[in-house]
Amino acid sequence: MKKLNLDQSIIDRGRQYAKQIVDKVQEHIDAHSTVTVERSVLRLLGIDGVDQAGVPLVNGIVEELHSAGVLGKGVMYWLVNGILNTKLSPQQLTECVINREIDLVQLPRVSEQEIKNTAQRLAILSLQKIKERRKEREELIADLGKGQEPMLYVIVATGNVYEDAIQAQAAARQGADIIAVIRTTGQSLLDYVPYGATTTGFGGTYATQANFQILRQALDEVGKEVNRYIYLTNYCSGLCMPEIAVMGALERLDVMLNDSMYGIIFRDINMKRTFVDQYFSRLINGYAGIIINTGEDNYLTTADAIGSAHTVLASELINEQFAFRCGMISEQLGLGHAFEIDPQTPNGFMYELAQAQLVREVFPHSPIKYMPPTKYMTGNIFKGHVQDTLFNVCSIMTGQSLHLLGILTEAIHTPLIHDRFLSIESAKYVFNNLRGLTDEIYFRQDGFIQQRAQEVLEKAISLLEEIADVGLMQALALGYFADISRTSEGGKGLQGVIVKESDYLNPFIPLILKGGNGND
Amino acid sequence: MIDAQHVKPYGDTLNDGMVQLSFTLPIPLSSTAKEAARQLVANMGLEEVAVAHAEGISDTFSFFIVYGKCSHGVNVAEITVPEVTLEVLPKKEIDDFIRTHLNRKLNVVGACIESDAHTVGIDAIMNIKGFNGHKGLESYHEIDAVNMGAQVTCEEVIRKVYEVKADAILISQVVTQKNIHIANLTRLVDMLEAEGVRDKVTLVVGGPRISHELAKELGYDAGFSSNTYAEHVASFLVQEVKRKNVREIGKEQVNL
Repeated sequence: MKKLNLDQSIIDRGRQYAKQIVDKVQEHIDAHSTVTVERSVLRLLGIDGVDQAGVPLVNGIVEELHSAGVLGKGVMYWLVNGILNTKLSPQQLTECVINREIDLVQLPRVSEQEIKNTAQRLAILSLQKIKERRKEREELIADLGKGQEPMLYVIVATGNVYEDAIQAQAAARQGADIIAVIRTTGQSLLDYVPYGATTTGFGGTYATQANFQILRQALDEVGKEVNRYIYLTNYCSGLCMPEIAVMGALERLDVMLNDSMYGIIFRDINMKRTFVDQYFSRLINGYAGIIINTGEDNYLTTADAIGSAHTVLASELINEQFAFRCGMISEQLGLGHAFEIDPQTPNGFMYELAQAQLVREVFPHSPIKYMPPTKYMTGNIFKGHVQDTLFNVCSIMTGQSLHLLGILTEAIHTPLIHDRFLSIESAKYVFNNLRGLTDEIYFRQDGFIQQRAQEVLEKAISLLEEIADVGLMQALALGYFADISRTSEGGKGLQGVIVKESDYLNPFIPLILKGGNGND
Repeated sequence: MIDAQHVKPYGDTLNDGMVQLSFTLPIPLSSTAKEAARQLVANMGLEEVAVAHAEGISDTFSFFIVYGKCSHGVNVAEITVPEVTLEVLPKKEIDDFIRTHLNRKLNVVGACIESDAHTVGIDAIMNIKGFNGHKGLESYHEIDAVNMGAQVTCEEVIRKVYEVKADAILISQVVTQKNIHIANLTRLVDMLEAEGVRDKVTLVVGGPRISHELAKELGYDAGFSSNTYAEHVASFLVQEVKRKNVREIGKEQVNL
C-alpha cells in the first residue's frame, strides 16, 4: 500500500541515473576477468580438491596460467584444449597439471571452433546441475511452504560447522525461517576458498563447500520436521565472491550476502576487481534462483543514519541496476537497510518509519532485508531487548521481508542459544499482535513522515545525478558512501584483474544471460 | 548502614543479596531439568533459589530464569583497580597543548589489526564524526590521524608508523572469541620491539573487553574499554608527550 505520496517520476529518474552509472562500470566489467572468476569457471566444471599443501587445485591452475601471462584467453580455452588433447576429464586433467605431468600451455593447439564447441557443451552440462538444485528448492517449497514475511532470519556463528548445525536446527525449531552462518573473521581477504569441513573459526565458520553441504542437510532435515522449508544463507563476498556463488548454487543455498560495493568500501578490496567479481557472482546467483542481500545497512554503522539516509537509497538503486545487468529479477533482490538511528534522537522512530516505508515503496517487488540496531547496542541487554522490539514494530508496520532478528546481547558476544530464542519469541509476539496494523494506518498528508521520505528520496536522486556525472569509481574515491574513500588503484586484489583478449572464452556468461532468470 | 567490608547485591532491601541469572541446559525440559537448574544455582553459592521461568527451547535444550540470594559479600575497601590516570582535557586545550609543546602535529596511526574485521571501535575514536556527539581525532587541528581501518596486518601498521613518523599507535580489538585478541596484540608488541621502535611510540589498545590491566600486562601503555571517547585517548596522548618530554630533557641534562 502506498502511503508516502511519492512522485513516481522522481523514482524513475533515479533508476535512469543508476542505470547510466552502472552502464559506465559495465564497460570495465566486460573488458576484464579476474583470477577468482576463472577459478569459478573451473569450479563450475566440477573441479574440486586441494593439493598436498592444502592449496585448492583451481588456484594452482589459474595461478600457473596467470604467471604465464596467458589468462586473457580464459582458463576455459586452456582447459578444453587440454581435454581435447588428452581425452581426460576436467578433474583428471587438473590433477595431472598440478602434479606437473602436463603443461597446458605447451600442448598442441586444437582448432578454435572445436574448443568453442566442447566448451559450450561442458558449460551446458554444468549449468544443468545448478538448474536441478534450483528445481529441487522450488519443489521443496511447494511441498513444505516457507516462513511468512517478515521472515525470521537468525545467525549462527560457533566456528564449528557441526555445532552450527545443532544450533541451526534448534533455531528452526524455535521458529526461525532463515539461518545464516556467519563467516570466520578474515575470510573475505583470502584469495582462495578453504576446503573441507571445518571446526575452528573466530566469530564465525569458514565458508567451504563441505560446510555448506553439512548445513544444507541439517536444515532439510529440520525443515521436514517443522514443516517449513528453511532458507540457508552465507556470504558471497570478499576476494572469492564468484567462487562462493558457485559453491552456493551447487549446494542449494537460498540467500547470499552479495553486494556490488561492500568489499570495496568495508574490506578495502580493489574496485576494479570487485566490479568484475560481483558481476560473475550475480550471474550465478541469479541463475541459481538465489536471493541476494545487499549491504547498505553497513553504511549506517559508520555514517549517520539520519544525515546519510539518502546514500542508502542511492546505493540500493545502483545495486539493483547491477543485479538487473546479470539477469536477476526484483524478486531476488534483498536490498538492505538498517535501524541505526541514535536512540537519543527525538522522534527517532518516526525517521525510521519514514525510511523503512520509503525503501518498501521504491522497491515494491523486492524482498527487502531489514537489519536490527547494532551501533547503539550496549552491554545493557534489557534496554537492547526494547530497542529490538521497536525495530520489530517498525518492520511489521512497513512490510519488510527478510527480518534479521536483533539479539539482546549484540554488543557482547555471538548469540547464545537462548539469546536467539528470546529474540525469536519477542519478534513473533510483536508480529502476531500487530499483523494487520499496517492496513489500518495512513501517514498524514504532508506530515512529518511523508515529508521526511520525500526529502530523502530527492536527496538520493541528486546524489545519483552527481555520481552519474563523476562516475562511480570517482564517487567511491570521494567517499560518497559510508564516509569512506577508496581509490581505483588501491586496495587488495588488483593484481588478480586480467584484461580479456578478443578471443576470451567463457561460455557461461552468454549462456546465463540468454537463459536469464527463467533458466530456459 | 552499608558495610564496606561486606557489600552484597541489593534487590529491594539492603543486604538481601538478590541475584538474577539466566542460562540454558542441554537437556529437554522436565521437572527433573527444573530441579537440576535449581540445584546448579544452589551450587553456585546462592540461597533460596527460585526458578522463575523454565521453558523448552527446541527438543533438546531448556532455558531458565532463576533468582537466588547471594550469601557472599565483598570487601570493597581492599580493592584497587589499575586505571589509566588521566586528566581529561577539552578538545581545544589538547590542540593548544600540542601547538605549544610539540611545535608540530601529533602523528597518530590507528588500526583494528589482523583477523579482526570490526571498524566500529577505531572509527568511534578516530573518524571526524566520532561517536555519541564526541568528535574523533581526525577533527583535532593539531593531530594528524591516520585510520587504517580493519584487518590490517601488524606489518602494515609498522610500515605506516615509519611512513608518518607516528608518535602514537592506537589498536582496536573487538573480537575476543578464543582469546584471539591476545595473540594479535602480543604479535604487534613483539614486532615493535624487534624493530626497536616500541619505546619511541605511545602504544594504546581499546575494545569492549580490554582493560588497562590487561593492556599493561601485554606491554601497552594504556588500555581503554567501553565509554571511551576521542578526548580520553587524546588527553592520554598529550599527557604522555608531556611525560616523555620531561624525561628526554632530563636525559639531555645528564649527558651534558
